Amino acid sequence: MPSLPSPENITRVELPNGSVVLVYENHASPSVIVRGHLRAGSLFDPDDLPGVAAFTAEVVERGTESRSFQDIAEETESVGAAVGVGAGVHLVGFSAKGLSEDLKLLLEILSDILQHPTFPKDEIERVRGEILTSLREREDSTGAMAQLAFRALAYPKHPYGRDSLGTLASVSAIKRKDLMQFYRQYYRPQGMQIAVVGDVNASAVVALARKYFGKWNVKGMPPSFAIPPVKPLNKLKRKHIKMKNKIQSDVIFGAPALPRTHPDFLAAEMADVILGEFGMMGRLGDNVRDRLGLAYYARTQLEGAPGPGAWSAYAGVNPQNVDTAVEAMLSELRRIQDEPVSNEELDDVKDYATGIQPLRLESNDGIAAALLDMEFYNLGLDYLQRLPSLVRAVTPEQVQSAAQKYLNTETYALVVAGP
Amino acid sequence: MNAVTHHTLPNGLTVLLQEQHAAPVTTAWTFYRVGARNEVSGITGASHWVEHMMFKGTPKFGKGVIDVLTSKNGGYNNGLTDLDYTCYLFTLPSERIQLALDILADLMANATFDADEVESERTVIISEREGNENNPAYQLYEEVNATAYHVHPYHQPVIGWQSDLRAMTRDDLFRHYRTYYAPNNAIVVVVGDFETNAMMQQVEQYFGAFQGKSSQPSVRSVEPPQESERRVLLEKAGTTAYFRAVYHTPEATHADMPALIMLDSILSGGKGMSFFGGGVGLNKSSRLYRALVESELAADVSSGYGFNHDPSLFEVGATVREGRSLQEVEDAVFAELERIADKSPKPAELAKAVKQTRAQFAYATERVSSVAYLLGVLECIHSYNDLNIFTERLAAVTPQDVQRVAQTYLKKSNRTVGWFNPVVSSQ
Repeated sequence: MPSLPSPENITRVELPNGSVVLVYENHASPSVIVRGHLRAGSLFDPDDLPGVAAFTAEVVERGTESRSFQDIAEETESVGAAVGVGAGVHLVGFSAKGLSEDLKLLLEILSDILQHPTFPKDEIERVRGEILTSLREREDSTGAMAQLAFRALAYPKHPYGRDSLGTLASVSAIKRKDLMQFYRQYYRPQGMQIAVVGDVNASAVVALARKYFGKWNVKGMPPSFAIPPVKPLNKLKRKHIKMKNKIQSDVIFGAPALPRTHPDFLAAEMADVILGEFGMMGRLGDNVRDRLGLAYYARTQLEGAPGPGAWSAYAGVNPQNVDTAVEAMLSELRRIQDEPVSNEELDDVKDYATGIQPLRLESNDGIAAALLDMEFYNLGLDYLQRLPSLVRAVTPEQVQSAAQKYLNTETYALVVAGP
Repeated sequence: MNAVTHHTLPNGLTVLLQEQHAAPVTTAWTFYRVGARNEVSGITGASHWVEHMMFKGTPKFGKGVIDVLTSKNGGYNNGLTDLDYTCYLFTLPSERIQLALDILADLMANATFDADEVESERTVIISEREGNENNPAYQLYEEVNATAYHVHPYHQPVIGWQSDLRAMTRDDLFRHYRTYYAPNNAIVVVVGDFETNAMMQQVEQYFGAFQGKSSQPSVRSVEPPQESERRVLLEKAGTTAYFRAVYHTPEATHADMPALIMLDSILSGGKGMSFFGGGVGLNKSSRLYRALVESELAADVSSGYGFNHDPSLFEVGATVREGRSLQEVEDAVFAELERIADKSPKPAELAKAVKQTRAQFAYATERVSSVAYLLGVLECIHSYNDLNIFTERLAAVTPQDVQRVAQTYLKKSNRTVGWFNPVVSSQ
């Protein structure tokens, strides 16, 4: 039986062009996943043109010097494989999943997409129409509109508050040269990280990675990846997005918290598990769903990001119950600040946080995500071995103090989207 | 695929065990042959509500205790209700799996159905339903389904109609539970890192003492053949137009099913086999994608085959692209369906569909939960063994078979067409 991914069984190679390749062999199923990322997310969108990063990521897979979009789709799908590229806030992620017998094809096509895209005009127009349609669909979704407005309120004039997908106006205005310029500036091997997990031979994978990605060189240094400082909110900000045709309201409130690499992050994460995850959606689920019967979902989320991600609570409730639900959620947030968690409750949560690891690492996708996480945040390849003792060392005082410091129950941003 | 051990206990309980030693993880499930299919007017949504009540406790595992025990043992659990079945799953580190057997066995007979808890869950389920209703694509799905089925209970949504959710009583729910939760109407599936003989003994120890019950009521209503096209028009506030068309097709065990699955693959790609993730989207080189998305009529398009105990539906859905019309999308969809009915597909298209299925199958077997789900659903509908012969049956489908099922089922008189036409801005 394979053990957890560790420095002994992960192959890690730095290519001369500044990219890193991680390989983990898992022979349980005849499949393989390739997952990786570049530093080209919406963080780098020009202020006056939101949506360029997301648009660029969609178009790079739409044609290369030697393949049309339909060639790429046919070559991959005819063997049951899929490739994809998509932008997040910090990173552009790419992935390819297929049967392990087709690994060479997957790496060849991924390298072709990333290194030789041609930005065909007709494909740009296709993608533009698809993005505009999803922007319109989003305007009719209470959950998506609440999230969007929350980010704008919680992170004023900060890239974390921006709309990654862009606006109807910006997406309509983006030109081919904007996409090509964004590509030239940000798509480069320096800082690229690739994980390959599945029914493969590690040294053969490294040789293939060298062949397909080793010759990629882009002059100059990659742009700074520094996250601008976040100003704490100085007062409670509320917003109601009126959506008269809806039956249910989505409510979300919260504020910027702390970066993933902050020494307090693990204690904050434990507080978050207690509030919104352990059991059925934690203390919030217990109170708002199980006791009050107000909502199908009510939980918290602490984002792990290079900068201070948001710590928020959210629920979907009947419009007449919005205030009651918010009060109930706030009372749980205040309780974890006012009362230390018992040793017994914290021990249960520690058992969960350590015990759930084998389940998260059951599939190739889960292992690849863990490898990239360790690499991106410099956690060390022995992080999964160290994690249990790190978790065990967290004290009730640390959990309470992280909740007091980073869970903002006074000057937060609150958005309701619904009737 | 690893060997599956199939055994029936004296009380009628079916047991399926499969060893998988790739990860130190085991999953245990119970399936009950009850779902929306078994509900009559007035108690629609009962199966799903019963599923929610399981997590409200038994005398042995009080309210909330099941979820807390699952978490602190490093696992996850869930309940799922569908048209033909209700199931419960626990996935845990292998050495903890006894906990799952203990809980799953207890839920077979001992759920409390406390009256206050029934009331508090009523509003939770109504909230779940209202969340669905917020989504125009869900509204269209529900309307089209209800129009396609006049008589058979597949007419009603799994979550139930709003008025029934308001009116159903504790005793309605409890009666439903007592009627359908019995060893002879259930299947236990365990997949993962264990030794089969020892696991079988444990399953017998936990489930062997339950008495079988007299047989459950059969579903009487049979949907009569549809003789002419039906149409549904939803004109409501919204931003985006949605198209949906469904065709009556046979039950999962019918000889035409493999050809219908191949037809679906050719139209919109081979599908992932589990909602536990791992599958991939294979839609971008398909016929419908080229005809609808490449041509800039739709932002996305999909098709799907119903795989059910009773005669089901083949469906096509599309999101209309900004600036295009429902009529344009409808015309293009029907032109594609007519094309495959007029001319059989190329052998290469079929070979591609078979390889896609083989790949999706490999992805689904990466997780023990996915494997257990597949085995349980197939056993509920017919036999777990269908999984072993699945790819074989698909490989035997000929281009003429695909053309024939397209001609037989994708007929105008057999279809229900739905439009969601947004009339005013939602703001």
